[in-house]
Amino acid sequence: MSESASTTSESRRIAEEARARVRFEEEALELSEQVYRVARRLAGSRDDAEDLVQQTYERAFRSWRQYTPGTNLRAWLLRILTNLNIDRGRRQQRTPQTTSIDEAGDYFLYNKLEASTQDGNADSDRVLERLSQDSIVDALAEVPHDFRDVIVLVDIGEFSYADAAQILDIPIGTVMSRLHRGRRILKKNLADKAVAA
Amino acid sequence: MSECEKCEEMMQPFLDGALSTDEVAEAERHLERCSWCAKRYRFEERLRHYVRVAVSEPMSPELKEKLAALRTPLT
Repeated sequence: MSESASTTSESRRIAEEARARVRFEEEALELSEQVYRVARRLAGSRDDAEDLVQQTYERAFRSWRQYTPGTNLRAWLLRILTNLNIDRGRRQQRTPQTTSIDEAGDYFLYNKLEASTQDGNADSDRVLERLSQDSIVDALAEVPHDFRDVIVLVDIGEFSYADAAQILDIPIGTVMSRLHRGRRILKKNLADKAVAA
Repeated sequence: MSECEKCEEMMQPFLDGALSTDEVAEAERHLERCSWCAKRYRFEERLRHYVRVAVSEPMSPELKEKLAALRTPLT
């Protein structure tokens, strides 16, 4: 290959890479609202969530070549974010991890709320209206983090079990068991708050 | 295990879309017959939506700007 042909092919390669990079950054930025929504519930505060999202995008933009085009970019970004969150030591540990978890059945919340309505036979929306937005936010924040991470990814982030397993680097069976237990803990917390309200 | 107990066990994977076609059909057959379980399924479905909406907080415009500023400048 002549020198000028090789220079042309090198410039073409550089131009293609620049386009791929721009495309990657645009696609990643389009997902930022969704990434923030998950981050906000993984982190203890709004400031922590904002730092976490900013660091995630800094790292993602630096290591964009590691992303395989066509794969789930949102899951890739969340993988970076959860790793950063763990590296930060999850600063605020709101709930001791050693607490024994009072397991209640899946229908615990419904049964409890229904029992406390006057006619004992309310529809779902009327029962749910007894939970304030703040009480829901607090009830979720009080779920121990291993369980909360899975609930946030699957129920808030709407990730599949498989994506959540990949993001958290845990087996899919662990995702399912933590989800099962975590949702029960969440409902127990909600029931306590609804009754306390 | 009673049919209602089995139905309770299937509820979370049912709502996650993680059951097989046969299991979905089995759960739906029971829900058609059993208003006690049907009411609880409806509640759980609504609860998930309610929680998702309640804990969703929009990103601040400042953060959005900061993220946009991280982009590689076009040369």
